[in-house]
Amino acid sequence: MAEVTKEKVKKVADPIAASIDPGTQELIRRAQELEIDTVFDRAASMKPCNIGMQGICCKNCAMGPCRLPLPKGGIEGEDTRKGLCGATANTIAARNFARMVAAGAAAHSDHGRSVAEVFLSVARKETRDYRIKDPDKLLAIAPYFDVATKVEVNGEEMDRDIDEIALEVAEKALNEWGKAEGELYYAKRAPEPLYEKWKKSGVVPRNIDREVVEIMHRTHMGVDQDYKNIVKQCTRASLADGWGGSMLATDLQDVLFGTPYPLQAESNMGVLKEDHVNIIVHGHEPVLSEMIVAAAQSKEMVAYAQSKGAKGIQLGGICCTANEIFQRHGVPQAGTYLQQELAIITGACDAMVVDIQCVFQNLANVAKCFHTKLITTHPIAKMEQDNVIHIEFDEHHAMEDATRIVKLAIDNFENRGSEVMIPQYKATAIGGFGVESIEYHLGGTFRGSYYTLNDNIINGRIRGVAGVVGCNNARTRHNEAHITVVKELIKNDVIVLTTGCNGIACAMEGLLTPETAHVFCGPGLREVCETVGIPPVLHLGSCVDNSRILLAATEVVKAGGPWKDICDLPAAGSAPEWMSEKAISIGQYFVSSGVYTVFGYHFPTVGAPVFQEYLFKEMERLYGGKWDFEADPIKHARLMIAHIDKKRKELGIDKARERVLMDMADRMKLEASA
Amino acid sequence: MSRLVAFAAIQGGYNIVSKVEGKYKKALQTYDASTKVGFPNTAYYLPVIYSLLGIKVETLEDMKKPLDFARKLLPPHVKGQNHLPYLGPLLDAGMAALFAFEIEEALRYLEDPDFYLHSEDIDEEAGKIWLGAADDTVFRKRGVEFVDGSAPGFAAMVGAAPDPETAKMIVEEYQRRSLYIFCAANQNGTTLIEQLLEAGVQVGWNTRIVPFGPDISSAIFALGFANRAAMAFGGIQPGDYKRMLLYNKNRIFAFVNALGDVNAEWAAAAAGCVNWGFPTLADTDIPEILPTGICTYEHVVANVPHSEMVQRSVEVRGLKTTVSTIDIPCSFGPAYEGERVRGGDLFCQMGGGKTQATELVKMAEMKEIEDGKVTVIGKDFDEIKEGENVPLGIYVQVAGRQMETDFEPILERQIHHLINYIQGIMHIGQRDIAWIRVSKAAVEKGFRLKDLGVVLHAKFHQDFGSILDKVEVTLYTNKKDVDELTKRARQEYKMRDERLENMTDEDVETYYSCTLCQSFAPTHVCTVSPERTGLCGAYNWMDCKASYEINPTGPNQPIEKGECLDPVLGQWKGVNEFVKQASRGAIDHYNFYSLVKDPMTTCGCCECIAALLPSCNGVMTVNREYTGETPCGMKFTTLAGVMGGGASSPGFVGHSKFNITQRKFIKGDGGLLRVVWMPKILKEEIKERLLKRGEELGVPDLYDKIADDTIGTTEEEILPFLQEKGHPALSMDPIISE
Repeated sequence: MAEVTKEKVKKVADPIAASIDPGTQELIRRAQELEIDTVFDRAASMKPCNIGMQGICCKNCAMGPCRLPLPKGGIEGEDTRKGLCGATANTIAARNFARMVAAGAAAHSDHGRSVAEVFLSVARKETRDYRIKDPDKLLAIAPYFDVATKVEVNGEEMDRDIDEIALEVAEKALNEWGKAEGELYYAKRAPEPLYEKWKKSGVVPRNIDREVVEIMHRTHMGVDQDYKNIVKQCTRASLADGWGGSMLATDLQDVLFGTPYPLQAESNMGVLKEDHVNIIVHGHEPVLSEMIVAAAQSKEMVAYAQSKGAKGIQLGGICCTANEIFQRHGVPQAGTYLQQELAIITGACDAMVVDIQCVFQNLANVAKCFHTKLITTHPIAKMEQDNVIHIEFDEHHAMEDATRIVKLAIDNFENRGSEVMIPQYKATAIGGFGVESIEYHLGGTFRGSYYTLNDNIINGRIRGVAGVVGCNNARTRHNEAHITVVKELIKNDVIVLTTGCNGIACAMEGLLTPETAHVFCGPGLREVCETVGIPPVLHLGSCVDNSRILLAATEVVKAGGPWKDICDLPAAGSAPEWMSEKAISIGQYFVSSGVYTVFGYHFPTVGAPVFQEYLFKEMERLYGGKWDFEADPIKHARLMIAHIDKKRKELGIDKARERVLMDMADRMKLEASA
Repeated sequence: MSRLVAFAAIQGGYNIVSKVEGKYKKALQTYDASTKVGFPNTAYYLPVIYSLLGIKVETLEDMKKPLDFARKLLPPHVKGQNHLPYLGPLLDAGMAALFAFEIEEALRYLEDPDFYLHSEDIDEEAGKIWLGAADDTVFRKRGVEFVDGSAPGFAAMVGAAPDPETAKMIVEEYQRRSLYIFCAANQNGTTLIEQLLEAGVQVGWNTRIVPFGPDISSAIFALGFANRAAMAFGGIQPGDYKRMLLYNKNRIFAFVNALGDVNAEWAAAAAGCVNWGFPTLADTDIPEILPTGICTYEHVVANVPHSEMVQRSVEVRGLKTTVSTIDIPCSFGPAYEGERVRGGDLFCQMGGGKTQATELVKMAEMKEIEDGKVTVIGKDFDEIKEGENVPLGIYVQVAGRQMETDFEPILERQIHHLINYIQGIMHIGQRDIAWIRVSKAAVEKGFRLKDLGVVLHAKFHQDFGSILDKVEVTLYTNKKDVDELTKRARQEYKMRDERLENMTDEDVETYYSCTLCQSFAPTHVCTVSPERTGLCGAYNWMDCKASYEINPTGPNQPIEKGECLDPVLGQWKGVNEFVKQASRGAIDHYNFYSLVKDPMTTCGCCECIAALLPSCNGVMTVNREYTGETPCGMKFTTLAGVMGGGASSPGFVGHSKFNITQRKFIKGDGGLLRVVWMPKILKEEIKERLLKRGEELGVPDLYDKIADDTIGTTEEEILPFLQEKGHPALSMDPIISE
């Protein structure tokens, strides 16, 4: 028996400790029964690198890696730590941080570029599969590119040809990634005082690619060795993401696929159906998923599925692809980032189609244990395992490719084993909120205006606005921080705007329903939710759609109130379970846009306290926003609420508003233009 | 729960739109599509549709577009569970219902033209108690009261109270607060208006209780009134719906009272009104919508007890109203100004041709008079018989450190409306041609002659406290005393008239601005000089001067006229600078005496509008009350729409009736001799002064040379007349110089 104890017992995850979601717990258990390891188990068996965690390991040249860990008790007196070249802990941490920003900005922006390329081919009429679904949105964004929407014909003003507008917008939009001169068009969409701050600090992005390249250059061995100067470039690159690549991605996706309007759908793994062909779409770009949706809903494919013994085709999304097809089509969300392997564990996943970002390589290993076809579709995102099928997706043959993929899944239906186990957990969710639909729902066709929201912020029914976003992280209990933070916020009358995997977490938990307001909200927010008929948590889309939060905040500023800029608003940002470099880029552009932004789990600069202090305190003087960190979700939410209260006090709206009765003299004093 | 409201209102929206679609279809089967439709005498088409959508509905066919729009506006029904947001859809459904209502009412005007009485007053005996849409004449006259604040807002009341007493109680409380009460709809066949009539309340525009119609659809007339105010006085362009509605939210303090059970159609109408920022208060248990945003405060408030309805309503709307608390046995306030005392109600009358009635205000030394003292010399109402006519002298002495003799006529002119404000007392005329009719009801309540003194004392202090410190009133009813007072008064009038008459623009260095209308017509700045009274007719130079003394930070500010830049056209440097600043740069100069060259700006409130008639080498002018066509091709109301709202429009200028006979009237364009046409009613109204001024100008028969609507309403029609009469304008220099 001694031999047996010697044999190293592989550590596995405790399902209850790994996730708050009973469906997820069931599937973790199921995987363990089947002896298939998942990210939860690997997190239990493999600890994160302690030095890497601190952000002070420099491997930017072959003289290193130089590791400058912070002693346990911290450093008293002068910090003499330095690498071979003399790089201080601050420089190293700042460079590592900057490279995360670069990677995140690159990811969002490259996604945006793909969309812009598809849009250009639509404008050039090179593809029949995509078309302009929302011409109003095109007309709305055209002016930002200095593209005229009206033309003069014989002295009369006429509507300009929509195809002409599309082409000019497409060319100018695509040019944003690499234009030689000038600055990003969208920077001017920010409130004017914010734009002026950027201008003054010299951080208005010149083009999207250049800012990413410049980070890579500046963080190369022996270039920028002043952490403050490095952070400045982080700001510029992150703005090129939030107000550039991401915003362009959102806008052009809306033009191509439709601007989301509120709709009802379902969320969590229980949406998969045993008697249907189940196709999971995972990744980020709706360029792929839109076509899969269209193909899966086509009569031919449904009939084909039925001919193969299935009752129909069930699509489900994972990660931000889930958010994209959820907000535009009401296609159910199968789960968050951390549930991707579990979707295959159900045994009911006939195909999983992935494109870019946040896709586990281990999917291939899990798929090997089942009949599931794992299909990669993007030329920049392939996998080494030989069971992975690569069907490259090309906008010129998009429908053809999509049909091929769907057919593959249908054909695979009959190969299912008997081991199907779909946890019967799912929740209803209302999604599809965006800058436009929120405006509409705050007053209808005639009176739609963010002023309605502002009025209720000013009168205190709504204490503040929080953007809670971001990933899941296997180092924390799946969804726990997300849900705890959000519930604590809405309990305190803070309305929550959500994107990304936080959005899916809230949907799974049932927080995206109007009924939630009665159960979890403070009395003020509840009243407002009842009046407008909205959930207290508004789903604004995927991670590139964080640009929607920036624009919503801008609309709040513009609709009037005691504030002049985003940083004046009683608002805060949060990413409770972040893990990706994109999250760092998002955080940086929120901070640089004036938002107090709190991250959970861990902050990757702890090894360089001076640099971290700069992010957590000093940055506020530049743009009005700053970073913060708190792992405990309740404390995390309370930090946000404290900041919101501080802003309310500064704005003079911390006391109950008095009812003002006006006589004629008072009305005369009103701005005549009102 | 707002969801229930949304559910009901959206349901109501569907019902209403479907019903009106049916009626429209039927009308198309009966009438030709090109049949003219519309409300009487208005330049605003169907005003809600026109103002919000910019669609001019003139024919049956034109109704299709807005009706289709209403249909498209109808949102999906609200689900019970996991519903989608409904606030926007709810407001849209309400708006769809309102568009449909307006079409429904226009169809009623087409199919049943006599359903509504086109009048300011009802004809109760004939059973005509519904007045329908306010025409532009009524609208302009009443609209001005919303502009200058004499009407702080309106209560749109739908349904009926549980009994006539309650109806009377609520409505009279609104009257006391000077609000208009716009009534529509019925509750199981009973209407508020019928209840009021039963309770003996006078109904009509004159008492501010407006009986629009017996159905909920007639509530649309209230909104049509409000939106016309936004277009006429606010200068908001038709189709600019956002500003139109925000203007209403911020300027027109209106709200809805729903009396009785609220059905789906009412809910839709109420939801529609929320778009205007007009909240609803109901006396029944309906779901409330309390958060703010679209309205200034709450949107729907329920279960309001009748005794609190008025107080809660003004609070919810955020409106401050004042109730005059004057110690007399009758109610008092502007709402009673237009109230009549008819033959059957008459207790007694003074003046009016039967006896002499004279009013005189004189300044006194502080020591001479005793403040608050009211003396009645002669018989009071308790001593005279019903139906007896007695003479009356009202002699008011005022004293104060800031008082000047120039203010005497201003104070004296207040007597007319102040006495009219008393419920049950009617006052007509002024000076030595005053006429007071006292109702039986007032005397029964204990009203006595001394109460006239109480009112004048209290109101003079209230309104003119900054210029006077003491007011003493003596009332005479003995013929001898009255005759004596009349004799003395006539000398005073003569002196005053001469002084005012002879005052010229050159005599004074200070003119006065009037920005009373500026919150409504943002770029409009009136400048009032001795020879150019305010275009609304309400303010002359002396009034402005007094107003400034009374309220130094008020709407009338002194303007040092400064260097004269053009004596003929009437342009001053100081005035230009003031106008530029007060109009926030929109207007940097204008001329006082010209309509051809850069005329003064015009708000929507002017009494008359003068317009160029090129073929006649002259000008015409038309007053607000005249509703017919004019030789310039536009009716008054169209003209006001074209050039009101604070614009300086060469070729047109707004002015007061009195200004026509002032010496500087369009002097830069040739003066009064340029006037070739005006409506007969105007000509007659100012006949005496017109004759006098003609004489002064050496054309004693000018009165007969000016054409009017009995001669013609086009330039072609009147030109032969002018030629025949040898109108002086024809031989003047060309009115438009190169």
